[in-house]
Amino acid sequence: MAHSNVNTGDAGLPGEEEKMPAISFWNADHSIKSWLLTLDHKRIAIMYMVLTLSGFLLGGILAMALRIEHLTPDETIMGANTYNRVFTLHGVAMIFLFMIPVIPAVFGNFFLPLMLGAKDVAFPRLNLLSIYVYLAGAGLLVWSMAAGGVDSGWTFYAPYSLSTPAELAPALFGVFVIGFSSILTGLNFIVTIHTMRPVGMTWMRIPLFVWGTYATSIIQVLATPVIGLTAVLTAVERLFGFGFFDPTRGGDPVLFQHLFWFYSHPAVYIMVLPAMGVISECVSVFSRKNVFGYNMVAYSSLGIAFVGFFAWGHHMFVTGQSKFDAGAFAIISMLVGVFTAIKVFNWIGTMYRGSIMISTPFVYVCGFLFFMVFGGMTGVAISSVSLDVHWHDTYFVVAHFHFIMVGATIMGFLAGLHYWFPKMFGRRYHEGWGFASAAIIVLGFNATFIPQFLLGNMGQPRRYYMYTPDAQTLNVASTAGSSLLALGFIMIAIYLGYAIKYGKVAGNNPWGASGLEWKTQSPPPKHNFDSTPVVDEDPYTYTRKGEEVEHVVI
Amino acid sequence: MIEFVNDLLRRILFLPEQASTFAIKVDRLHYFVAFVTVGTALLAGGASLYFMFRYREKKPMASTPVVNPSGRFEAVVVIVPLVIFMSWVFVGFRDFIWASTPPAGTMDVYVTGKKWMWHFAHPDGPNENAVLHVPAGRPVRLLMTSRDVIHSFFVPDFRVKQDVVPGRFSETWFEAKRPGRHTIFCTEFCGTWHSQMIGEVVVLAAADFDRWKERQRMGPLGDRTDASSSEGSGTEFKSDLLSYGRRVASVQGCFKCHTIDGTQHIGPTWNDLYMRKTEMATGETIVADEGYLTESMMEPYRKMVKGYAQVMPSYRGKLSAPESAALVEYIKSLRSNSLENMKAKEPAYGPLER
Repeated sequence: MAHSNVNTGDAGLPGEEEKMPAISFWNADHSIKSWLLTLDHKRIAIMYMVLTLSGFLLGGILAMALRIEHLTPDETIMGANTYNRVFTLHGVAMIFLFMIPVIPAVFGNFFLPLMLGAKDVAFPRLNLLSIYVYLAGAGLLVWSMAAGGVDSGWTFYAPYSLSTPAELAPALFGVFVIGFSSILTGLNFIVTIHTMRPVGMTWMRIPLFVWGTYATSIIQVLATPVIGLTAVLTAVERLFGFGFFDPTRGGDPVLFQHLFWFYSHPAVYIMVLPAMGVISECVSVFSRKNVFGYNMVAYSSLGIAFVGFFAWGHHMFVTGQSKFDAGAFAIISMLVGVFTAIKVFNWIGTMYRGSIMISTPFVYVCGFLFFMVFGGMTGVAISSVSLDVHWHDTYFVVAHFHFIMVGATIMGFLAGLHYWFPKMFGRRYHEGWGFASAAIIVLGFNATFIPQFLLGNMGQPRRYYMYTPDAQTLNVASTAGSSLLALGFIMIAIYLGYAIKYGKVAGNNPWGASGLEWKTQSPPPKHNFDSTPVVDEDPYTYTRKGEEVEHVVI
Repeated sequence: MIEFVNDLLRRILFLPEQASTFAIKVDRLHYFVAFVTVGTALLAGGASLYFMFRYREKKPMASTPVVNPSGRFEAVVVIVPLVIFMSWVFVGFRDFIWASTPPAGTMDVYVTGKKWMWHFAHPDGPNENAVLHVPAGRPVRLLMTSRDVIHSFFVPDFRVKQDVVPGRFSETWFEAKRPGRHTIFCTEFCGTWHSQMIGEVVVLAAADFDRWKERQRMGPLGDRTDASSSEGSGTEFKSDLLSYGRRVASVQGCFKCHTIDGTQHIGPTWNDLYMRKTEMATGETIVADEGYLTESMMEPYRKMVKGYAQVMPSYRGKLSAPESAALVEYIKSLRSNSLENMKAKEPAYGPLER
């Protein structure tokens, strides 16, 4: 079924001989130096892909170790201290090394200039610098965790992080350093979007992935300095005995949480907004439809970025912060849900009366919608204060953020990876394998985390090395689900790895998509476009020039 | 019927027993939220799957109509989720305010968290580790602090959770509905044995609770009928010397004449008494060390403090050796700069260990 669709998709370019272009950014220069010192945004994106996926692999292996440990209520494969280190490194690797950079640094870097018809980002040298800053920060983080045994959780809550015997300071500096990579990328994108749009591309003609990236970049630039500051203050307190957060020195441990979440809540939108952008692209392309309510989708990204800054206190309902704060933060958090709901309605509306190509990215779109709605609404539920009292720091919260933050981001990443794979590598993957692994991943994700929602309802706290025996059934179910998830990812690695080398040649525009990135060869040449494109129509236009189609307003 | 539906939904959602007055309140919102969330998620996922097949590609690269939302549609899309979410937040916040406002006349318990144990102090009664005894049907307020890092006091059966923060007092309350036993978890990561920082709330019927407390007040020797028996209830209770001493003082009636806050009464105040240079009725000055304090319990008139009448009875034979030792320890702890002297029994937190 999937196959026939793909083949017919190619028929959109009749008579075109499909063969790999002789020169592309891949083979423009072969030396190692030409990769390591490249200023080409596409090569930087590919390097980011290798690095972030390494982070994902590390975090994923640790996740499996945690799930195996939880097969029994007591010790299964590791001791208590090892467990505490493993869940810390799992969180740090997944958040700082994978989810924050992955979509902006890989797809953003690769496709932002292409979508804008530009030759590169505004500051190619800053772009190169950002990858080495990332490498330095990631190296510091992983080394300090392996050598120093950081066991505080990725949240580094004071005063525990001040009193643990583990060597925390290098890891905190790692967070500080890797933050600059994020800031540089964000800054670069903001300037690129403002200054490098082609003739005719007004603000309301920008692709929605670019809007999502723009909103993300604002958060990266404005919020990341706060986590850097917090990490440095904590490190300085550990090293020199300043009293910022330790109450025995006149500090305030709750202040740490305010500072920490001031970044780390908006950071969720750094992960999710680009994924939403990818989904907007995919929904439109695979439905062959204009995006239903383009303006609403674009503005709601900015809306989420804005209110996202003022929602951090919902992580702190039971710290004893003022009751007034709790109510205010609950209402602001709810607004994020409203903006998200707008997007969900518009995505589903885009499918209405479309011509939907049933394909791997579209399966991820459906999975994304389910995780987005379920994860998002459980988020509003948790920020309904009285419910949070029971759920806070239990597995319910773990399941919630894995649905919304990880589920949605992974769905967005995989949808984008499959959608843009022909453009990046010039070849097609096998649709049957893609379909099967997508179904396995969506099911595996549900099978892993729905039991964890129920564990949270039971009142099982998170970060528990041992648990009470009555929770074993659900824990085993969750572990079983996670092995399904692992199987799905292994399948993707196999068939995409195969397709890079042996896949069918894709041609310039296998999906018949309307974006500028499809108007150049696949893979693109080093300078992206032979002639600078001019934009003379709205994005997501799927009618041929001069063709009369029905216009419907619902 | 309502009972049955409540119980059914509670089991479907894996929620624990509803053992407090708050639990049923919050669970009602929980049912509503869970119903709407699961319904909407299935609707969204289902709608996309339905559209995927209903509008699947009939011929490749087909033209499609241009569909856009009207202003009215956009308004509905904003208002419907807003109303649903507002209703959650409104009910949730109202219940939260109810749950964080202790009613008048609560029974107070001071709670101290430390790695990796809960400590409970009843102001007028015993101290307990890991196990908290409370009466059913009476609101109990917990005044909590931590000695080291942040902990969080969580009783799933009560739907109660409150962070326990060093350098601060936090407060929560609950009213247990009926006698029973309920697990206490720590829910803020606190180190190696975070997962073993587990305790238990034992809810007793009001009369049983009073009897339990009275028995604890008698002290570790209270239930002994002869010197050889070390078994039986009463001896299982462990306590520190200070609270034992205070209990002895209250049972023996010392506080009828001696204050602990520095005000003068029939007898000299105990506040700052230990090692105080005191002028005797005879004119000589002595230092109130352990020896003097013990001697004064047994032979009050041998060294009388200047300005006091000879009204104190001898406690020779009334106080056992451990009791008098505990009493001396208690008096030693009463310093005007001491936390012991405040109403809060256990507010202290130690310096962080490196």
